Amino acid sequence: MSSATIPPQFEIVDQPLDTQMTISMGPQHPSTHGVLRLELVLDGEMVVKATPDIGYLHTGMEKLFEYKKYQQGIVITDRMDYLNPLGNNLAYVMAGEKLLGLEIPERAQVIRVLMCELQRIASHLVWLGTHALDIGAMTVFFYCFREREKIMNLIEAASGGRLTPSYFRIGGLMMDLPAGFEHRCKQFLDHFLKAVDEFHTLLSGNRIFQRRTQGIGKISAEDAIDWGLSGPCLRGSGINLDIRRANPYSGYENYDFEVPTEPDGDVWARYMVRMRELKESHKIATQALARLQPGPVKADAPKVVLPDREAMKSHMDALIHHFLIVAEGFDVPAGEVYQPIEASKGELGVYMKSDGGPKPNRVHFRGPSFVNLSALPVMSEGEMVADIVAIIGSLDVVLGEIDR
Amino acid sequence: MGLENVIAEALPEVLTTRLDSLINWARKSSLWPATFGLACCAIEMMNATTSRNDLARFGAEVFRASPRQADVMIVSGRVSRKMAPVLRRIYDQMPEPKWVISMGACATSGGVFDNYAIVQGVDKIVPVDVYIPGCPPRPEMLIHAVMMLQDKVMKESVRDRRDIPEEEAREAVVPGTLPVTDGSTARQNTLPESRPYTIASRHERRRSS
Amino acid sequence: MQEQPSVSETTPSPLVTALQHEHPEWIGEVIYAFGETTIIVPREHLVAACSFLKTWPEGHFNFLADICGADRGVEEEPRFEVNYHLFSTTKYHRVRLKVLLNEEDTHVPSVTGVWKTANWHERETFDMFGVIFDGHPDLRRILLPDDWQGHALRKDFPLRGYEPYSLK
Repeated sequence: MSSATIPPQFEIVDQPLDTQMTISMGPQHPSTHGVLRLELVLDGEMVVKATPDIGYLHTGMEKLFEYKKYQQGIVITDRMDYLNPLGNNLAYVMAGEKLLGLEIPERAQVIRVLMCELQRIASHLVWLGTHALDIGAMTVFFYCFREREKIMNLIEAASGGRLTPSYFRIGGLMMDLPAGFEHRCKQFLDHFLKAVDEFHTLLSGNRIFQRRTQGIGKISAEDAIDWGLSGPCLRGSGINLDIRRANPYSGYENYDFEVPTEPDGDVWARYMVRMRELKESHKIATQALARLQPGPVKADAPKVVLPDREAMKSHMDALIHHFLIVAEGFDVPAGEVYQPIEASKGELGVYMKSDGGPKPNRVHFRGPSFVNLSALPVMSEGEMVADIVAIIGSLDVVLGEIDR
Repeated sequence: MGLENVIAEALPEVLTTRLDSLINWARKSSLWPATFGLACCAIEMMNATTSRNDLARFGAEVFRASPRQADVMIVSGRVSRKMAPVLRRIYDQMPEPKWVISMGACATSGGVFDNYAIVQGVDKIVPVDVYIPGCPPRPEMLIHAVMMLQDKVMKESVRDRRDIPEEEAREAVVPGTLPVTDGSTARQNTLPESRPYTIASRHERRRSS
Repeated sequence: MQEQPSVSETTPSPLVTALQHEHPEWIGEVIYAFGETTIIVPREHLVAACSFLKTWPEGHFNFLADICGADRGVEEEPRFEVNYHLFSTTKYHRVRLKVLLNEEDTHVPSVTGVWKTANWHERETFDMFGVIFDGHPDLRRILLPDDWQGHALRKDFPLRGYEPYSLK
């Protein structure tokens, strides 16, 4: 018998035997993809009620933005959805450009599309690896991360950071692509389709995987829209909605790609949508790579965009602009914008409100994982406890984005 | 665990060199981490376990989900105020000997986030053995930290890591300090007094001699 | 930098004209800026306007993208605003509804009856600003710990909080 005494605030009430019990899954749990806590009310093995309890990674980022100049805030956006940092960067930077009314040069837009699609592939690879790992297929984890290392090499070559690149700036890019990047990118893209086929060979025909994912976690199309789902979760329920098609940005209207949808609305449908999205992203990236033409990568706005280092070292006005931008920041016209993009998880929206100064008045990120997770109770009530893990995996939640 | 308690109680003055070397070698070669990935550093920790940077060749083969079966807790990511008591409770559940690696700038000192929501350094909650800077640190840095921890483990004495009951453990370990080894092994520490938390690794010592 | 159209000097969009024709009392003020339309709605007509916009064939705003609170400043009157970002999955257009609130009376009717996704967004706005949504099924803190004092995103809440963390 242990000598531990139960602290006074937990009193024991004599209750008749009951098949229902409330357990807390998380926040430290190998399969919750981060610090998520789920309060599950179980009747035997069946989930009667599932309530997500979030906030274990709340970082106060939205308050931090108000204390940092616009360029300094880009670094913080990397840490939000840390599997898709370039997407976060893009949304924040485009909101700033909308407020300032900047024209982004063509080469910068093409590189943005290329990097965002590579980042989307990387994010989906982590999803696939961890989803399969939770369901029990450990090998896929290693295959996916092997492919992801190649993408991270490319992103590191361009920006210096594997996981937190901060590559985009308000007005264009941090700097141009390094020499040899296009060749290495092409090597990766040439090989990647075979890798996707490898993943299909490992998982899609596997009867165990199919039994664990088909018919589980269904959500209907009307419910999906009402609960605000977006991205692959919405497209897995049959709704053909992609922000790259609905409100195109950064030149996406010029690329030829399909928007995959599946009608069923279960875990298998979301899996198939993301696997097909891997191939579509590959298509877009190949087109972007072919479309690259030499040109400037920063907008022509000397008071907003940092000048090139060479220009700064040789011209006086560039030096003065560099100093003022770094030391005091640039003033952004007063107003508010909402800039949505299609991140790898859904609609990532940035609401940016400026009061005319160098620091934003309010920045709010509409994280797709935040909204997708709110639909978890709808998907999981009535399912068995073992299926909750599959459903969380199929929602592809990242707690950094949920808790901000 | 049992052996150390028996030795320490029965033969307090006995020098335990050979036993120390053997036990420390066994401990350092199979440091099993507890999964405590919080944020972005957790992804780099996952990268450290995959095929390109393979942490398993250093002994960290299995990441145990239950803290009761783990040796080292790698705190990777920012610790928010809501999560801090959970972290302490997980640390308390780990049996001795246990070590903590604080991975990344946020776990070490709050990182970029100097605000109301983030605890400014996990050493305010648990005692830390190795700190890794970086945001996020490369997987190679995590491997280096594990190797540094292994060197540190080799210097300990069996009598320093007794398993003590939980209430005593909670009071004894004041946050911000480390459990002290009294250097009772034959291999003496040659550290300057002003840097108590850095252990010169085998490579650095070889370079200076 | 291109010129931005100023408040209500450009031709209003057909959507707003049609809405003004049907229900003029719902529209407090319309702002066109940066290619976006913002309609300031008085608080008492909010739920009616939202349900109308959701089912109205010309609008069909069936997707609530975001509810975002903002604190204009400690001395501003009205102090708080709540923005509703609406999107239509069939017509692909967006609109922003804005409700202005004074500091003493931060009550807003909840729109969880119109779009279920408003549930968590309203909880977050309550958590960060202290705006109370009447009729919300479960209004409690979502991101900050349950026993937290104060509302974090208000302008008078200090960045570093009130005291450093200690285990006690």
